[in-house]
Amino acid sequence: MADNQNFHLRVITPDRVFYEGDVDMVELNTTEGEIGVLPGHIPLTVIVKPGILVITEKDGEKEAALHAGFAEILPEGVTILAEIIEWPEEIDGQRAEAAMNRAKERLASKTPETDVARAETALLRAMARIEVLK
Amino acid sequence: MASMRDIKRRRSSIQGTQQITKAMKLVSTVKLQRAKANAERSKIYFNCMYETVRNILSRVGHIDHPYLVPGDSAKKAVIVLTSNRGLAGGYNSNVVKLITRHETWKKEDLEIYALGNKGRDALARNGYEIKGSYPDIMEEPAYADAMVLSKQLLASFENGEIGEIYLAYTSFKNTVVHEPKLLKLLPVEQETVEAEAPKAEAIMNFEPEDVDALAMIIPKYITSLIYGAMMEAIASENGARMQAMDSATSNAEEMISDLSLKYNRARQGSITQELTEIIAGAEALG
Repeated sequence: MADNQNFHLRVITPDRVFYEGDVDMVELNTTEGEIGVLPGHIPLTVIVKPGILVITEKDGEKEAALHAGFAEILPEGVTILAEIIEWPEEIDGQRAEAAMNRAKERLASKTPETDVARAETALLRAMARIEVLK
Repeated sequence: MASMRDIKRRRSSIQGTQQITKAMKLVSTVKLQRAKANAERSKIYFNCMYETVRNILSRVGHIDHPYLVPGDSAKKAVIVLTSNRGLAGGYNSNVVKLITRHETWKKEDLEIYALGNKGRDALARNGYEIKGSYPDIMEEPAYADAMVLSKQLLASFENGEIGEIYLAYTSFKNTVVHEPKLLKLLPVEQETVEAEAPKAEAIMNFEPEDVDALAMIIPKYITSLIYGAMMEAIASENGARMQAMDSATSNAEEMISDLSLKYNRARQGSITQELTEIIAGAEALG
């Protein structure tokens, strides 16, 4: 069914249109878990959790690190409003590595003052960056 | 009548000023082009965001979410977007006037978050409480800056320190029309958002539940509003400066031609006078 149908993906950030084009499948991480979206999906709005956005095009896959935002899924396409999103070539691997270690440390040496939620998000973000680079 | 030397000095000083205003006009024209492009790009994001928020609100109806009802505190936070530098005509004072000339607001109830030095200085002079000042943001606004600011304001809103949040900025209609605008950020007014008839579209589902989704999306909505306002403010600032410098340049042109006329007249007058003296002298001798 997906063969003839155009499935349009738009990824918009505050500064630019990050990606726009017809795709076969979109995979992303949401607050409710990882989802894969195929053409003809029911209308759904989901909140993004730091993870990898996988765009399956006709001739290959593209990956990007998607950190924050939300996505509006309609049968004929997906619109992702991304607050922060990066292509692999825009990521500084060493910095991500350092951020990951910092976040891990913070979580390991937890004190009542530690902002656990923030440290966890930072960790997820760094992990997504590193994962995309691989 | 002023002497020839005085007129000449005055004319060359105005010429110097004109060169500066001309250069500033060119600089702000270039900056305006860039700022305009940025503002237009951020509009795409904002429009999508607006659509989604409207969609959610029309679905959930009137619920008692904290973001949708005013807080208990009488305090109002106002984010004021102005420029760091002057020479932009009425740009800064128009934004400040939105606050100082407001009909119902009391000075004691306001907390000013100033983005841009000019607005901060003017409001501080008028005795308003400046809660925060972030002049650096206006140099190169980034989405991250808007995120930090909205997070801070939402936190004080949730603590009950402030009851309402407003945004005072200059909206960019086109290159020559900029309109100072006061926008209510929080509580989100359902009426204004719902004013347009919802399009006939498939029923949207939410994951997580719509109320939870609202709690996560509204902060993003506020952030995008602040960011959009920053972009428009920068574009308006450069537009206003371009206009101000354009009229300054043409005023200088007018003054220069006026002074040139005076100078030539004075020169002609002195030649005539000299001639009369010589002729009179020659006659006296003869």
